[in-house]
Amino acid sequence: MTDLTKLGVKALRDGVAAGDFTAREVAERFNAAVADASALNAFITPTPEHAIAAADAVDAARAGGGDLGPMAGVPIGMKDLFATRGVQTSAASHILEGFEPPYESTISQNLWDAGAGMLGKLNLDQFAMGSSNETSHFGNVSSPWRKSGSNAAMSPGGSSGGSSSAVAARIAPAATGTDTGGSIRQPAAFAGICGIKPTYGRCSRWGTVAFASSLDQAGPMARSVTDCAIMLGAMAGYDAKDATSLKMDVPDWESALSADLKGKRVGIPREYRMDGTDDAILDSWEQGKEWLRDAGATIVDVSLPHTKYALPAYYIIAPAEASSNLARYDGVRYGLRDLPDGAGLQDMYAETREQGFGDEVKRRILIGTYVLSAGFYDAYYNQAQKVRTLVARDFEQAWGKCDLILAPTTPTASFPLGSLDDDPLTMYLNDVFAVPASLAGLPAMSVPAMLNSDGLPLGLQLVGKPFDEQSVLDAGLAMEQRAGFDHAPEKWW
Amino acid sequence: MSVDKEQVAKIAHLARINMSDDELSRMVPELNNILDWVEQLGEVDVEGVEPMSAVIPNTLRLRADEVDADPKTGGGRRDDILANAPAAEHGFFGVPKVIE
Repeated sequence: MTDLTKLGVKALRDGVAAGDFTAREVAERFNAAVADASALNAFITPTPEHAIAAADAVDAARAGGGDLGPMAGVPIGMKDLFATRGVQTSAASHILEGFEPPYESTISQNLWDAGAGMLGKLNLDQFAMGSSNETSHFGNVSSPWRKSGSNAAMSPGGSSGGSSSAVAARIAPAATGTDTGGSIRQPAAFAGICGIKPTYGRCSRWGTVAFASSLDQAGPMARSVTDCAIMLGAMAGYDAKDATSLKMDVPDWESALSADLKGKRVGIPREYRMDGTDDAILDSWEQGKEWLRDAGATIVDVSLPHTKYALPAYYIIAPAEASSNLARYDGVRYGLRDLPDGAGLQDMYAETREQGFGDEVKRRILIGTYVLSAGFYDAYYNQAQKVRTLVARDFEQAWGKCDLILAPTTPTASFPLGSLDDDPLTMYLNDVFAVPASLAGLPAMSVPAMLNSDGLPLGLQLVGKPFDEQSVLDAGLAMEQRAGFDHAPEKWW
Repeated sequence: MSVDKEQVAKIAHLARINMSDDELSRMVPELNNILDWVEQLGEVDVEGVEPMSAVIPNTLRLRADEVDADPKTGGGRRDDILANAPAAEHGFFGVPKVIE
């Protein structure tokens, strides 16, 4: 029989619908794969019973001749940033350890309504703050990939590092991610999988632990472009409970997928040729242009002049929003409380937050508090918001010349865990190519391109116009067909 | 602009995070590195540029003026709301005494 863990979303869904195997068999096989992969530390909380219950419901619906949803019979991993009823939702932090939401996030509910089941809650950088999955209270996540000839544990990227690790290791066919400044795309690139962040507002933020609300967007991570299109369709949609949710129909991205790019103009932003970018990444970028040209697209040069300012603007805006969002963790309503003997309310707040937050979270709260404080607000926060307007305007102007933008996802391939942790700034630079599209709220996707000489995956990024996920997915499909990336990490776990 | 240890202590207080002397000393150079780096934003000519307030044009909606229009966010869920409280007492959130 087929090894079910080799199959993706579409193959599993169609196989269950056709009766080639049952949803229960799929869930059991993936539950076993999760249980066998604890060395990756990709999951914080496995939920095998949830996967089985969802699978049984799908099998019963099929037996009864009922309609099956677009994700029916597909068990997925859920980033532990989405509230799941009765299942610990920790944001990989100590302060939310043990928190069991009495409600379900819109994104997870949409996926369950589409017939998906949950293998478990996936590890991540604490509060989604990090680019290497080394800031989790529940320990580092290992990538299933290793450099050829080395046993050093590699970073799966971050913040959706549990998601990328699990999908690349074939212990989950797909997973949810969230992207604030690259947290879907960078880990997807590091792990040799696909991941798309839709236009800001496509996916509801209700029930997602907030990091930087003007940037946070959920999206799917899977091993093929088609699987991402299917899963994004199940996740997206208007939600009255999120004031920034887009009141627009969700297109049927899956059925409209087309790798024919005739008439499409793909822009190559000259400012993305930055010092410090690996030669192999630049080579893959050249290769990507060839693939898109081969699919019928025209390649044009474009300029995004404020690119170099996007990352510093992000590191003011995101911490500012985080310092405000994370003010809710006060030891009163949920999560950790640390109340020393005889302490008052203010001491309880400060003690709880000292014990409950990790170093990177504290660093960002402090930066955010500083840039929002009286006397510095204009110089830092307001200036950054103006620069953000200019970054978005760069893209608007580029859309006069092109329909899509092609760029690397990251300046380097994955790095060994622990190799960058002495310098927060170097870590931040990982997201230099990902952040501009986040600041502008644009749909953006990473698609695996090739392996570098160390045997590590490299990804290419496509950025589209607002609401035009279809063109991003189409170009992704065209690259995927030409890249023929079917590499899988060798199992060591 | 850069910060010294005293300023970091003040920011930490504003953010209600206790920090030991060691932690404060460690944070000073880390924060200054980040602040030095974001300083480059000052080079950008932002004359006449509005700060961004909404990344995708969207209008704020009013919900229908109905009680419990969505039961998920409506009222009558006291037990759910208190379920995760570290110290729920008599149907309220318990906190240390704040009034003498």
